[in-house]
Amino acid sequence: MTARPAVSRWSTAAAASRRGPLASCRRWSSASAHTVYDVVVSGGGLVGAAMACALGYDIHFRDKKILLLEAGPKKLLEKLSETYSNRVSSISPGSATLLSSFGAWDHICNMRYRAFRRMQVWDACSEALIMFDKDNLDDMGYIVENDVILHAVTKQLEAVSDRVTVLYRSKAIGYTWPCPFPIADSSPWVHITLGDGSTLQTKLLIGADGHNSGVRQAAGIRNVSWNYDQSAVVATLHLSEATENNVAWQRFLPSGPIALLPLSDTLSSLVWSTSHEHAAELVSMNEEEFVDAINSAFWSDANHTDFIDSAGTMLQYAVALVKPTKVSARQLPPSVAKVDAKSRVLFPLGLGHAAEYVRPRVALIGDAAHRVHPLAGQGVNMGFGDISSLVHHLSTAAFNGKDLGSMSHLTGYETDRQRHNTALLAATDLLKRLYSTSATPLVLLRTWGLQATNAVSPLKEQIIAFASK
Amino acid sequence: MWGGRTLSSSGGRFLGVLGSAFRRKQAERPRVTSWTVYSENQLSWTLQVKPWFFNECRTMCFKSYRMTFSCLNRRKSYRYPRTRLYSTSQTTVDSSEVKTFLALAHKWWDEQGVYAPLHSMNDLRVPFIRDNLLKTVANHQPGKPLSGMKILDVGCGGGLLTEPLGRLGASVIGIDPLDENIKTAQCHKSFDPVLDNRIEYRTCSLEEIVEETAETFDAVVASEVIEHVIDLETFIQCCYQVLKPGGSLFITTINKTQLSYALGIVFAEQIAGIVPKGTHTWEKFISPEKLESILESNGLSVQTVAGMLYNPFSGYWHLTENTSLNYAAHAVKSRIQEHPVPAEFVLKEESGELRANTSTNPGGHEELKK
Repeated sequence: MTARPAVSRWSTAAAASRRGPLASCRRWSSASAHTVYDVVVSGGGLVGAAMACALGYDIHFRDKKILLLEAGPKKLLEKLSETYSNRVSSISPGSATLLSSFGAWDHICNMRYRAFRRMQVWDACSEALIMFDKDNLDDMGYIVENDVILHAVTKQLEAVSDRVTVLYRSKAIGYTWPCPFPIADSSPWVHITLGDGSTLQTKLLIGADGHNSGVRQAAGIRNVSWNYDQSAVVATLHLSEATENNVAWQRFLPSGPIALLPLSDTLSSLVWSTSHEHAAELVSMNEEEFVDAINSAFWSDANHTDFIDSAGTMLQYAVALVKPTKVSARQLPPSVAKVDAKSRVLFPLGLGHAAEYVRPRVALIGDAAHRVHPLAGQGVNMGFGDISSLVHHLSTAAFNGKDLGSMSHLTGYETDRQRHNTALLAATDLLKRLYSTSATPLVLLRTWGLQATNAVSPLKEQIIAFASK
Repeated sequence: MWGGRTLSSSGGRFLGVLGSAFRRKQAERPRVTSWTVYSENQLSWTLQVKPWFFNECRTMCFKSYRMTFSCLNRRKSYRYPRTRLYSTSQTTVDSSEVKTFLALAHKWWDEQGVYAPLHSMNDLRVPFIRDNLLKTVANHQPGKPLSGMKILDVGCGGGLLTEPLGRLGASVIGIDPLDENIKTAQCHKSFDPVLDNRIEYRTCSLEEIVEETAETFDAVVASEVIEHVIDLETFIQCCYQVLKPGGSLFITTINKTQLSYALGIVFAEQIAGIVPKGTHTWEKFISPEKLESILESNGLSVQTVAGMLYNPFSGYWHLTENTSLNYAAHAVKSRIQEHPVPAEFVLKEESGELRANTSTNPGGHEELKK
């Protein structure tokens, strides 16, 4: 009881004493008081929206102000369309866990997704193949349309609109970084100018604005990148007969990998990486020719040579001696009957990696930090992995009362993710290069390598575990 | 490890202490209300001693804030006529003061700078304070677990510990005898509208606010402060007075061991030169046992003592069983104010009471404490 009057007297005295030398500094801050966000996520794609959502649902972020900037309009699917979208993602179990942590996975389950339990990868130049599956018949991953994922995340964002503000059709056009050496009268926050001329401030800016990231460029973060001599053609395909369709197929052709991902009992999604010219040709040819091209890409033995075949058979024989139990049997991919009209699209492929993922008050996630060849189906999963890691570090920081933009925990995120992402990037790039040739020594090497890997279960389990994160 | 020894968040006080040592001997055991740890005289003595300091320590790599301060003064005296240095007083603000203040702000909040160990110590001391405070409440508001609590940060310096506590929802009052520190802290928090409302700073000593803030605070934090206090007993008595019954006192400091002498004084000051000679007086360090007995005899029952270890290579602190260097202590004010009672009884009684007190906390969605 006695404490109350004492404190109020105290604070008036303190307020009075504050006037004077600090007047300028206080006026400055009060003028912009309403626009200081704790976190601003620039880019509302799959990864950016999921980032904002994950923070919105984090228990230690209940008292924080989060803003998501998206250049496009709000994308909610009023009704799920009959036809499948041609843009699909392979979602690893780790990514599914992240999505369910903030409730988005339930929406996806209520809409449309397809689980796959096996993955068969084989070479066009030899009999070599590798089969990934789990003993306990767990799902290896899920094929989900990007629209469905975005819808689910957007739904969940609406539920936390008190903490997460989403500005659609707005794009950051300028960033002002705080002075690297804090000066008393300059703002320590990142200032963002929007397209409509308004400005806002944030303690932490998260760049999730794709592989041409404006945040990355504005921050002056170096990016190692190159374009592959390949484009990817995507399409929605109808199978000639209904099957169980729970296998993801991928064959390495000398021109690039072709993958068939299950969508339903009768539908699969195609991702065919090939030379730019061939890709353009594939998109422009008529539907029957296109279907024939796909079937022959999966079935043709035209690239086989007798030498490689016999070398492969020899190793297979040797493996059978050492390990009499039969290694996973080859399965045959389904044949394709027709392609969905207007579902054929091509886009160029490239690799990119930011030298730094973080700067004071800035963090890059998803394609802004790393761009990868789709052959391992890891692009969006790496982005979701970034989110898990960054949310973990930020949540701990928030519970410790830390300044969210501080490097001390941002570098923790960078270390965690660069370790994982560079390994994946390097492996993907190596595979892409190794399989882009039909030179006999390399074909022999990769044939034996693939067969050996397929025979060593612990190694395969390691690969699955790494890719499932 | 020795890094922690340089972390005087109230360094200015310390030199003042040397100057007034003889006066302290003459004085009778002072009454709490009239006694001041940091008088104006002491502070001006601090300022006077500096020119001598610059010459002595010119080539050293200064780690403590006091040295930073003298460094800055040296730069200032390079730019301005020397006489202006001495005309600096506590009350009037001149342009060179503002310069100092600006440069100091830079030092306090540079996470890689001289205060890096203090910044990284937050990873240990904030959870220590937070978790021990959360033990006293049944539930808390997610996102701002300390909301509804009043905390006093004694010797707040630039506000390095004050701000995290404010972010956790507590209303915090930070006090420091050095006006420059308070200005830095004040300006730094002013950019954050949330913190601006939750934190108050004031240039004063603990003794000056004892009367007006009697039994006000749920917690008092004295982090890296008591090794610079002349009369610890009086200091603790002041902490006791401003605490609500059942309130918590948190202290972090340096132990008085042969190891702290070897690493802190001999190695850091004499050999490595990381800390200028004479920065710390080993005699003023205090062992956890001594601290505990002072706390207990003044009605504060000690709950936890935890060792803290600084790794100068990684720059991180670690909790340890070993309290031979740095340590943190948590003590609770007994509910019966005149005569302290054994800790066991106090504990049970208090937790019940506090639970009742804090049940009025706002927040519909509350999660169970960890």
